[in-house]
Amino acid sequence: MSYHVDQNGYYGRFGGAFIPEMMYPNVDELRNRYREIIESEEFRKEYTDLLRDYVGRPSPLYYSNRLSQQYEAQIYLKREDLNHTGSHKINNTVGQILLAKRLGKQRIIAETGAGQHGVATATVCAREGLQCIVYMGALDVSRQAPNVEKMKMLGAEVRPVYSGNQTLKDATNEAIRDWINNPEDTHYIIGSVVGPHPYPDMVARFQAVISEEMRQQLKEKTGSELPNAVIACVGGGSNAAGAFYHFLDDEEVKLIAVEAAGKGVDTNESAATTALGKTGVLHGSKSLLMQTEDGQVIEPYSISAGLDYPGIGPMHANLYETGRAKFMSVTDEETLEAAYNLTEKEGIIPALESAHALAALEKLKFDQDEVVVVNISGRGDKDMETYLKHFRAKQ
Amino acid sequence: MENRINRLFKEKPNNILSVYFTAGFPQLNDTEEIIVELEKSGADLIEIGIPFSDPVADGPTIQKSSDKALKNGMSIKLLFEQLKDIRRHVKLPLVLMGYFNNVLQYGVEDFCRKANEIGIDGIILPDLPLEVYENEYRPFFEQNNLRNIFLITPQTSEARIRKIDALSNGFIYMVSSSSTTGAKSNVTEQQEAYFKRIQGMNLKNPRLVGFGISNNTTFVNSCRYSNGAIVGSAFIKALSDEGSISQNVKKFIDLIHSSEENK
Repeated sequence: MSYHVDQNGYYGRFGGAFIPEMMYPNVDELRNRYREIIESEEFRKEYTDLLRDYVGRPSPLYYSNRLSQQYEAQIYLKREDLNHTGSHKINNTVGQILLAKRLGKQRIIAETGAGQHGVATATVCAREGLQCIVYMGALDVSRQAPNVEKMKMLGAEVRPVYSGNQTLKDATNEAIRDWINNPEDTHYIIGSVVGPHPYPDMVARFQAVISEEMRQQLKEKTGSELPNAVIACVGGGSNAAGAFYHFLDDEEVKLIAVEAAGKGVDTNESAATTALGKTGVLHGSKSLLMQTEDGQVIEPYSISAGLDYPGIGPMHANLYETGRAKFMSVTDEETLEAAYNLTEKEGIIPALESAHALAALEKLKFDQDEVVVVNISGRGDKDMETYLKHFRAKQ
Repeated sequence: MENRINRLFKEKPNNILSVYFTAGFPQLNDTEEIIVELEKSGADLIEIGIPFSDPVADGPTIQKSSDKALKNGMSIKLLFEQLKDIRRHVKLPLVLMGYFNNVLQYGVEDFCRKANEIGIDGIILPDLPLEVYENEYRPFFEQNNLRNIFLITPQTSEARIRKIDALSNGFIYMVSSSSTTGAKSNVTEQQEAYFKRIQGMNLKNPRLVGFGISNNTTFVNSCRYSNGAIVGSAFIKALSDEGSISQNVKKFIDLIHSSEENK
């Protein structure tokens, strides 16, 4: 069985390009050209050089002595938090901006939730001297203020979105509308493995460097390229797609996707799509979607703005349905505990998103010699206010 | 029975006025009254919008009307219930327009069957791709005498327009400029060039121009190169005015028709 995209843009029964005709020429151009461009030697060289010299790759694979003791397994942390701009998001934006240049686009738009993708997009636009407009839910603008300031300093225009719940879903709607209204000169840098084909595959390929490096680093450190398990959080699912990518066909590697349960999957304040969703179409692809019986999208909830999304990428929906990946969810409370635990034990403050992956360790059982990689998708600077509030409340 | 869309274009090949409104707006149970008043006031075709929580092809006016309609409690089930006796009062062709996810949850086959039972003539689902329609759903539409209406834009390639023309047998929805829905003040030279280019293709299907048609000038200019035009956002704004539905509908249709050359 293949877990990769097929030639029609589907992962099993999920994926496709459910887009209004106004978007068709742009999406069609991308579909026809992305493989040829990103697989060209000249592109590969520029992309790889930038990942090394600008992003700071390879990101370290760090053996956590104390988490290994605590959880009685061999725990490694993939340090995407050490990338330039503080998360894995930059892997994708570096790739897409090089692609956009080759497509002759002058104007870049993006959506952002936590602001990490927005910052990563604003960053590469500054480097290339391209105009950058970032759509961000008004609620997220207020809860991720430091990232908003960063984007502005980087020269991007941040447009707050006041529709819907004013979070990531609504920012994505508005970015799509912008693209419809600017069909000629604009490239839309989607930040996750969502959207119409070829976005899920394209973004997964740009994030795949995470698992490519893991294999080499594991070989050096453990003698085997294969771990027993890889754990990553899933909102739309871009860091998980990257962390799983080069292990998809190695069925002996357990892939564990951690969703945001929010206040609990049975509380109406959750973002755990596989637990709460069913097949639906949003933002251009068919996937699992949190929705009412009538097909209206349900506003999700998570303490983490980056996981506050009512769907998951079609690749993940297929991994869930085929059982290739195990999906679980952890609550806000469990996430905060896990973030504090890592900070205390290792001196690493993770992003709230990444802390979801760490929280899963509490619920999983491994053998002492099993090798487990947790993807630390980003750092916690942007979440300090939330952490401090929680910390003060505890004292 | 002959499909009412086909009959309309046979009987009135020019200056067709198609009007879109969002079901459930301004009030939940206004649907039937709006349709009846549109027919009385001289509209030729009616597009009934199914509100969706995430209408990415729509500008602010239709977004707001959709939000309000959903808050009012609108759903496909309720809409079908409201429309069940509509053919006792209305002769005009009726088209349902919405986003694919709502129809997918209702069940595409059931949706088509129910639409036909009520007397609906066509369906517009902008985010249902041509290829998916062709491979998966076409028989449901055809068995139920429903015309599936596709959109084209200034950026749509000639080959794709030909393919859309071949798959269509109602009309083609010509999006006036690549944009989300909503009023623009005039028709630009660029748009005229696009209208003329499409006119010159001698398509087998009639064409209605939509998006940005808001007044007599934009209506007349669009009709010059096509079989008619569609108004949506401007009508929804008119429905929000003070006054009864009957007054607002009549005032609006008269405004669109207010130039002598259209009479």
